[in-house]
Amino acid sequence: MTQVDTVPAPGAAPAQRPGPVRRPGSVRVLWLLVVVAVLAALLAASVAVGSRAVGWSEILAALGGSQETIGEAAVTKRIPRTVLAAVVGAALGLSGAVMQGVTRNPLADPGVLGINMGASLAVVVGLAWLGLSSATAIVWTAILGAALAAVFVYAVGSLGRGGPTPLKLALAGTATSAALVSFVTAVALPRGDIAESIQSWEIGGVGGASFRGLGSVAPFLVVGFAVSLLSARALNSLALGDELAAGLGERVVLARGVAALGSVLLCGAATAIAGPIGFVGLVVPHVCRLLVGVDHRWLLPFTALTGACLLIASDVLGRIVARPDEIDVGIITALIGAPFFIYIVRRQKVREL
Amino acid sequence: MTAVVTPPPSSVDAVARYRVRRAARRRLVITVLAVLVVVVFAASLMIGRTFYPPGDVIRVVLGQEVPGATFTVGRLRLPRAVLAVVAGLSFGLAGVTFQTMLRNALASPDVIGITSGAGAAAVFAIVFLGWSGTAVSVTAILAALGVALVMYGLAFTDGVVGTRLILIGIGIAAMGRSVTSYVLSEAGAWDFAEALRWLTGSLNGSTWEATVPALVALVVLAPVLLALTRQLSALQLGDDTASALGIRVDRTRVLAIVAAVGLLAFATAACGPIAFVSFLAGPIAARIVGPNGSLLVPAALVGALLVLVADLVGQFALGSRFPVGVVTGVLGAPYLIYLIVRTNRAGGSL
Repeated sequence: MTQVDTVPAPGAAPAQRPGPVRRPGSVRVLWLLVVVAVLAALLAASVAVGSRAVGWSEILAALGGSQETIGEAAVTKRIPRTVLAAVVGAALGLSGAVMQGVTRNPLADPGVLGINMGASLAVVVGLAWLGLSSATAIVWTAILGAALAAVFVYAVGSLGRGGPTPLKLALAGTATSAALVSFVTAVALPRGDIAESIQSWEIGGVGGASFRGLGSVAPFLVVGFAVSLLSARALNSLALGDELAAGLGERVVLARGVAALGSVLLCGAATAIAGPIGFVGLVVPHVCRLLVGVDHRWLLPFTALTGACLLIASDVLGRIVARPDEIDVGIITALIGAPFFIYIVRRQKVREL
Repeated sequence: MTAVVTPPPSSVDAVARYRVRRAARRRLVITVLAVLVVVVFAASLMIGRTFYPPGDVIRVVLGQEVPGATFTVGRLRLPRAVLAVVAGLSFGLAGVTFQTMLRNALASPDVIGITSGAGAAAVFAIVFLGWSGTAVSVTAILAALGVALVMYGLAFTDGVVGTRLILIGIGIAAMGRSVTSYVLSEAGAWDFAEALRWLTGSLNGSTWEATVPALVALVVLAPVLLALTRQLSALQLGDDTASALGIRVDRTRVLAIVAAVGLLAFATAACGPIAFVSFLAGPIAARIVGPNGSLLVPAALVGALLVLVADLVGQFALGSRFPVGVVTGVLGAPYLIYLIVRTNRAGGSL
């Protein structure tokens, strides 16, 4: 196999990618306002749009707590779903950004690296063989599975010459993901009670949302958000390369471990509640880097907001295009994300971030 | 140690003897594989909830009326076993063709998304267009060719086939799977077993109507690929060397792709994309045969054996009944990881 990504095409000038470097503060604030506005609009749309057409008066009444008509009841069911989509999207977007920073790998994403599927398999095994029932135990299992998958994929991907290159990591991740999907099916299939919802452990969705389920993962998500956001400075140093970061006084291994922990917490908890949703963590950081540049102190909060936007939008789309049924949001994100993945793979300088 | 300098035996003789041994070993392996396929095929006709002795089975196959066995063996087990063999041969042959042509074990059609493209198209034709039979197969073949073409266009722009192609293929495979899931969830009240057929491949509910098109495709297309054996082996040396050897590279490649994709698509339309068979068959065959000539025939036989055995295991060995694709998936995916580990260790630049 050839090292396509390091060898510039013959005759090609040394790539002078303009690259998103630093954006002036005013631009960032502008984009922040835009993203917040989009998020607000999407939140409203997610409550208003669904399989059933509901008038504005009913929506307003439902938001006030009334459930008298069918329309109002439908809207009431859409509220937890919207919140869940926002939270899960934010978690996955942020998790992907941190992962890309930690591994310095533009292809890193909890879905692509097989980490979501690891969480999913752990949950299915826990349900089918260990008789787990409490929501907290399930979240712990999911996070454990995510962590194991992350360590495994990183170990496989960094074998051999050159360490964990983006291509090696992505290949190890997708292969692991394929293996884990097979195991999820094999474990869940004989168990009719779990097999009913087997699809939800292979492709994630936010359809069955409830505030109670959300409450059980909330502590994990809060810790994950805090750890991830606080490692922004460390990620900025790590982006310069391990040696330079150490020279700047960063404890490289510790910083990397903490950031990775935050990211695994986020995607493990997100998978525990919504199933494995891929490609959000891949797409969102790349888009955000174009908007606000590479400074993680801006980038990380931005990816959380944009991730929420993307997942809500995908969910709304899934409800509109398949009326009166709905499409799981994991299918939509894969349809959007896979071409994006191909685009990034095709880019010449895939090795650098 | 006395250093007696023996005159080297005629090296021509040595090479000739080595070649004879090699050819003999190759014939032996192929014979053993073929016998195994026949044995397991026969076993899968006999074994089941009720056991029928070989005599009954033979009489049913010859068209005689045997109480009980005529329905069970003739209508249920025979189409299933035939489809298992046909699909296994098709997947194995197509897989090893791609692996040989692209010089990479990871470049098998199920890893790079061609099979999942065919599966998505087939399920689309069935659910949305209400088609059945050959129309479904034709849709599948068109989609698989389309995917192959897209891959070609996307990955060959820099003139290199390698990890990039495989990653792009993985992206395409993800899209194919999500299209399949989308169509299945659109189908509304789809039943779970039917969904699994299109996600991982299954032989449950095989009928002659589904089996015959795949069988015809195999009979027509397998000879095409076998006739290309020499050219494909030359392609393994690289395009330049191959054309220096007098191979028409582009023509060979187009023919091989069309034939292999045809095999895949017809088999996929009949039983879904049985996971990892086309990926596994080539490397296993290479292990068994060693560097002794073309892998096309051994890989096809290994594919058939894999599907037959996995189907038997899935039906009877595990307590509850698993579709064949789940069994091959559980077997194949760890092998995929092992292959990546080995390539990385060896210092390959994946």
